[in-house]
Parts: sequence; C-alpha cells; structure tokens
Amino acid sequence: MGVEGIGASVVRKEDRRFITGKGRYVDDIKLQGMTFAHFIRSPHAHAKVKSIDSSAAMKMPGVVGVLTGQQIIDDKVGNLICGWAITSKDGAPMKMGAWPAMAPETVRFVGQAVAVVIAETKNQAKDAAEAVVVNYEELPAAADIRAAIKPGAPQLHPEAPGNVIYDWAIGDEAAVKDAFSKAANVVSLELTNNRLVPNAMEPRAAIAEYNEAEEHFTLYTTSQNPHVARLVLSAFYNIAPEHKLRVIAPDVGGGFGSKIYIYPEEMVALWASKKVGRPVKWTGDRSEAFLTDAHGRDHITKAEMAFDKDNRILGLRVKTHANLGAYMSLFSSAVPTYLYATLLSGQYNIPAIHAEVITVYTNTVPVDAYRGAGRPEASFLVERLMETAARQLKVDPAELRRNNFITQFPHQTPVIMAYDIGDFGASLDVALKAIDYAGFPARKAKAKSEGKLRGIGFSCYIEACGIAPSKAVGSLGAGVGLWESAEVRVNPVGTIEVLTGSHSHGQGHETTFAQLISERLGVPISQVQIVHGDTDKVQFGMGTYGSRSLAVGGTAIIKAMEKVEAKGKKIAAHLLEASEGDIVIENGEFKVTGTDKSIALPMVALAAYTAHNLPDGMEPGLKETAFYDPTNFTFPAGAYICELEVDSSTGKTSFVNFVAADDFGRLINPMIVEGQVHGGLAQGIGQALLEGAVYDSSGQLVTASFMDYTMPRADDLPSFKLNHTPTLCPGNPLGVKGCGEAGAIGASAAVINAITDAIGNNKLEMPATPDRVWHAIHGNAA
Amino acid sequence: MSTVKLTVNGKSVSADVEDRTLLVQLLRDHLNLTGTHVGCDTSQCGACVVHIDGRAVKSCTVLVGQANGANVTTIEGIAKGDELHPMQAAFRDNHGLQCGYCTPGMIMSAIDIVHRHGGKLDEATVRHELEGNICRCTGYHNIVKSVLDAAGRMKVAQAAE
Repeated sequence: MGVEGIGASVVRKEDRRFITGKGRYVDDIKLQGMTFAHFIRSPHAHAKVKSIDSSAAMKMPGVVGVLTGQQIIDDKVGNLICGWAITSKDGAPMKMGAWPAMAPETVRFVGQAVAVVIAETKNQAKDAAEAVVVNYEELPAAADIRAAIKPGAPQLHPEAPGNVIYDWAIGDEAAVKDAFSKAANVVSLELTNNRLVPNAMEPRAAIAEYNEAEEHFTLYTTSQNPHVARLVLSAFYNIAPEHKLRVIAPDVGGGFGSKIYIYPEEMVALWASKKVGRPVKWTGDRSEAFLTDAHGRDHITKAEMAFDKDNRILGLRVKTHANLGAYMSLFSSAVPTYLYATLLSGQYNIPAIHAEVITVYTNTVPVDAYRGAGRPEASFLVERLMETAARQLKVDPAELRRNNFITQFPHQTPVIMAYDIGDFGASLDVALKAIDYAGFPARKAKAKSEGKLRGIGFSCYIEACGIAPSKAVGSLGAGVGLWESAEVRVNPVGTIEVLTGSHSHGQGHETTFAQLISERLGVPISQVQIVHGDTDKVQFGMGTYGSRSLAVGGTAIIKAMEKVEAKGKKIAAHLLEASEGDIVIENGEFKVTGTDKSIALPMVALAAYTAHNLPDGMEPGLKETAFYDPTNFTFPAGAYICELEVDSSTGKTSFVNFVAADDFGRLINPMIVEGQVHGGLAQGIGQALLEGAVYDSSGQLVTASFMDYTMPRADDLPSFKLNHTPTLCPGNPLGVKGCGEAGAIGASAAVINAITDAIGNNKLEMPATPDRVWHAIHGNAA
Repeated sequence: MSTVKLTVNGKSVSADVEDRTLLVQLLRDHLNLTGTHVGCDTSQCGACVVHIDGRAVKSCTVLVGQANGANVTTIEGIAKGDELHPMQAAFRDNHGLQCGYCTPGMIMSAIDIVHRHGGKLDEATVRHELEGNICRCTGYHNIVKSVLDAAGRMKVAQAAE
C-alpha cells in the first residue's frame, strides 16, 4: 500500500471547499436573467381542482407568469413514470395511475402542485402565489394502508381497483406449508416498519435554462444520478432529446435515496424556462421537502418462522402490505419486492421461504427508496423474529443465530439471492467480545439494583449492494441497466482526470477514487481529479445509490485504468527499447524490471500526445473508457449489538454501548467507511427511537417540520465502536462490497431488541418514544 | 426599502434591501457569501449559523435591520488567508463532514461553543451544545471528535498568542 493508496485513511480532497464555505450547491448558482418559481400546492389530500384564477396574481409586482397543470398537459409533457415493472402473482401488470407534473384535475396528496408562479424574485413569487385562487372540491381520503384496503375505501386511481397496485409473491408456498407442518415450534410476529422522511440537509433545488437558438436546455439539479435524470426527462417526459439537454448535479448536500428520482419540480422548471424565455430557479424549503420528497419504509407485516426441535429454522412465511403513496415514484415498485423479499433469508439457512407483498395507493406523498430501501425492512423483520424466537424458545439469542448461520459459500437462498462469501460467525464473535457479552448479566443485575432496566439487543444483518447484473435485473422488470462507466484521462503533463458515472453527495468519491489511481500508478492523489455530475463531461453513468459506487463505479475505473496501463507500457517499452512484458509501474514510473532503466509517467503521457515516437500503428493519446457490468450483487453483512438502559418511570432510553462488526470486504479509505457507518447507524437508531412520518386520518402530514419530526441530534446518539471483519468479495477485482447503507439496515433491530429485552415486553413499535416505552412497561390502562 | 450598514468579514457593507430581508438572504443573495446555508424554515437545523459580534446566531432568524451596525463573521471569514481556523482543520482531520451542507453552520456554532466553555469541554457537553445543529450524514460521531480536537488546538493557539 502506498501512503495514499488502498487502505490509507487520507483526509478528503473535497473538504477544503466545504469547510471554507466554497462548496457549490444548486442554490448557490446564479444565472443572468434568472427568475424564481414558487409552487401552489394542494392543502387537501384528495380533491378535484375546480378552477384556478390567476388574474389577480398576474398583476402583482414582478410576476412573469402563472402556469397550471392543464398547460403542461396541453404542451404534451409526459406523466411521471415508475421504471420497474412488477407483475402480480395472477400475471397482471402493476397498476400505474397517471401522475402529471402539476395536477390538472385531481390532487391526491397534500403538497401536490397545481400551478407555479414565476417572478423576478423569490419573495415576489411567494407573494403572488398567495393571490392565486384555487377552488377545490374535497374528496374523502385514504391516509394509510389500513384505510386504503378497507371495503368501500376512497379510490385513488381508476386503474387500481381497491387501491391495490400489485399483489406479488416470491418463493415456494407448498414447501413452506410442508416446513410448517413439520415444525416443533412456530414463532410469529406482527410489526410496522414506520414511515420515514429522508431529510437530506440540502433541500431539493433546480435551475433550468433554455437556449432558444440552440433549442438546448441546461438543468442544474440536486440529483444522485444526472444521466438517469436526462434519460428519463428525454425518453419519457418529452422535455428535449438527450443531445439537447445537459444535466448538471454539482455539490449535492446529501441524498439518501431521495434525490434519485425525477420530481415534478425540475420538469416544470425546464418546461417553464422555455415558456417564459428566462432561466427559472426553484429551491425547495424544508416544508416542501417534508411534503414532496419521496418518503421511505411504511410496511405492515405478519410473519411466522418454523423451527425444528433443535431450534433450526425450517421455514419462513411473510405477508407484507407496503404503502407506495399516491403515485408510483421512479423505483418504488422494486423496493418492497426485489430489494426486500429477496433478503428475507438474512444470515440464516432457511430451506423454504414464501413472501407475499401487496402494495397500495394512499393519499400521501409517494414512497420510494430511502437509505437501505427494502433491506432495512427485511433485516428488521428477520432480526426481530430471531430475537422473539430466542425468547420464546428460551435460548441465548447469540447462540440461536449462530446455530442457524450460513457457513458454506456460495449459498443459494430460496429467494433469488446467491450469497458469494461471508463469515457471519466472525462478525458475531468480534461484536460479542467488543461489548463484553459475558459480563452483561452482572451489569444488568447492577443496573437493576440501581432501579434501571438494562437490555441487550442483537442484529445480524445482511444486505445486497451494487444491484446487478443488468441482464438479471432486466429479467426482473428493471427499465434500466445497472452497470457503470468510467474514463481515465492521462493528460500530456501526467496529471490524471477520472470521469465517473457515480455521483458523490457526501460519500467522498473525490478521495476514494483518487486512491485507486494512486495505488495503481504510485502518484499522489493531488495529481488526480475526479470529475462527476455533468452529462456533458461524463459519457454516461447510472449514479449513486444502493451502495454501488465503489463496487461498480470503482471497478469501472479499474477496468479503464488497466487499458491505460497496457497502452502506457507499450509506449514505455518502445521508448526504453525493452520488452513490453518487462515493464512494471511503480511510484509514478514505468520501469524495466531488473534494470535501472525507467521513464516517468509524464514523459510517457507527453510521448502519447506528441506522437513523435510511438510504436507503429498506435493511436496518439492516453485516455481510455470502460463500462463494467458486475456478475452479482455484493453482500455486506455484520453484527450490531446495542446495550441500553430504560428509565421505567419515564420510558426514556439511554445508550450504554453500541458496537458494530461489519464485513465490507476490502476497505479503500477506512476513515470514510467508518463515517458512512456512523451516519447509517444514526438513521437506523433514528428510525428505532425518534423518527416517524405521521399523517392524520384526513391525510394531513402532522410531522411536516423539524419542530414536529424528530431528527436525531448529537445528544440522542452514542459514540459508536466499530470493528471490521472483512471477507474479500470475489465478484470484483477490488474485493469491495459497499458500506453506505449497512448502519441504516442493521441498527434499528438491535435497538428494539435491546429495549424489549430491558422491559420484558416484546410488543413495541417504532419509533420507541418514551411514551410508547412507558406504556409497554406499565400497560395501556395506566 | 431601507439602507443597512454592517461589517461582514471585516469589510464595511452597505445595501438597500426590503425591510423583510433576512440576514441570510443578504449574505447569500446580495453579498454572494453562499457558504452560509439554509436547511430549514423553523430555525432548527443551524446550517445558517454565523457570528454576530462574536456570538453564534441563526442568520435565518435575524432581519437585516437587526444586524444594522453589527460585526458579522461568516464561514468565509474565519481562515487567515491559506491558514485554516483550528476548527476548520479539525473538521477536515477528523472527517467531521460528509456532504458539507451543515458544515459551515456546525463550524460556526462549534467555535462559539469552545469560546464559551474554554478548555473545559467534554463529549457530553459538546453533544448537548450541538442541539441546535442538525447533520444527517455523520451521526455526529466525528463532529463531536472534531470539536473536542479543535478545543485543544484553540487553547494551544490562544496560549501562543
């Protein structure tokens, strides 16, 4: 390893601009002649739009235009789509209701836009929006899953009778029935996976500019995947053909999934910029983020697990209802199916699994992938079941897990996934040691003597990252391929630019990816620039989500590097009059092995670009591209153990210790990896203790601000003790897996298992607020 | 419209603004100091924290008129040329930031925390004091580490002066 190569915790290259206030986020950008958009949003969860009167608003100072949903339909802008086709178990396709960018006739969630005001300043746009009169005819609303599936429930879309989008199943139902018939014990559980709001700290924003002479649009937007945005805006929304649309995602302040999707606001900004002939900027405020960003989770599940007399799992049966909100967001259909049910085997040998997933429309904002996306829901269910089983079967929870761990790899689960490698026992052992599990009974007794309820909870999670290969996901209904591309340019003076289709919005790609180059060439990372987030610069890319950037995007960089190195060696061999096979690359030089002959990288690069003396027939230049399509997912896994105390008089939970032992394969920058785990754990703990999006029965979001929705703050969280138990991923040359979502996937079960252990009552929903915990201790009658 | 005069990062500034203009709008929209961010609309997140006369204040909750005549320091004004403020350096060295959006407000709040507590900071105090700043990326682990590290560095720097 070089000092800045693989395995080095180098400080981040991108940090200087962020710590000095020189980051460049979308809202920081100003264009000549820019106007400002403010949306008029429905205050009702379900209503007919009877009329929109903008005559008074049009006379307000600074108003450039008021545009409505009917106009966007008239201009043939396409409806928003869901890009992953799911088929119900009866063979019927999923029922996708029409979702226009602004509602011309019917609004189906609070916050849905019906019109937009464009004005010279943001305040003028807001003032004028107050003067637009919209008449609504209110309709009854179905604000949650139970309300939506009740007989006689309000119907959201004519395409979806009973509000059911699809009724999908996976696994072998007969085999599961057979397994349960042989069971010595059956453990059952009903639970809710609470609805969450992603809340990246930077609200979504867009600036659209139309160049009439070139018939060309430029969109600056808060996107995790600018090329996918361009593809969808071009191919489905009819904004402009791809070569007439440039999408730039500059510095983006967090995503967590919520910035994957193409939202109505950027579509409207693009359309409006042409309509008014001026650049249009929209910057969401936090209230709009709560009301319009895709939410996450929101499942209701019943599950049963069958065990034999030796406490080995025989089968698992799951029935889940998932809320997809009022419309199908871009990847929403895949989240409770292929990203959820395929992970229900957890870390365990489960011979038979059957899962049924019914997704429903409700009068709430659409639900889509949020950090972990389906895998937290699967992991939470499996790990709550294992803990429940340990209590019911009166066995140690660590030993019950160990007794059922998959130990042979590769392992084919009954739900599609083929785990390539792992060592679940190693992670559990390290975590047990780190928390001093042997000493827990004494600590619990001591806490009890002090009047505190102490508990310990486990979560042995597995996830699937770097979703792939494209052919397989295509066969499962995906509308896109899930490969990645990269271009490595060695400039004539030897500096290096790496263009990647991955997008960094906090992940530190500018450092980690530079370390890959440093490792290969022995050059300092200061000599390497990572370029991303601009469709005019980067050839193509699928973006960053699902912990895919290093395993897929990083490997694409390696593939391009291999081509650069091969060409560089040919040039070096020619210049040094040596055999190509004798050339090695070390410390930024091409050397003839076993001799003192060498030539520095800049000289090879210069030779490539001057082309005065190249091997016969060689093209000038030193720049190569690669597309990489993985052969399988990667499977990060690990063990989290949480120890905490509950104050029985208040229901308040206090952390004592939280330890993690993760297997992410090879770590490129351990400091960055640990930062990713910290953040994920905070979101998982936030789900367990604090966070929950609450709609009232009329469909009003009552947790629509940071005053009402409890974001984890520094005081709510412990320091984390992280350990690594890597097994190298055989599926990619780097041996890497993916670390971005693990914490969010694994943490919540550990916390709830610990609280329920402490209070001796297994029935506790998330978020486990002091109120809920108090009632779980004292009963609802108190 | 009113004319306001204040000092921002050591420079005298005069601007004609609508009376309802917030300090953060003056900084971002009129002075192009876009390092100060807006992350919410309820004064909860702290992405907009600046110093007014040496004290940490949420600039989304201050009318420009209230800052008339004041001495305002933003994230752009704390480094001495190329030399980072010890708090900036500590955030970088301890990986106290990821997406960078909350970072300017975090750093400005953290400097104020260290000033108010002197060298007597511990983890619990830092966590408590950061309650007005929300970060969604880091889980606060490395932010807390950064603030404690910077407290030490600032003490050393003060002793050297």
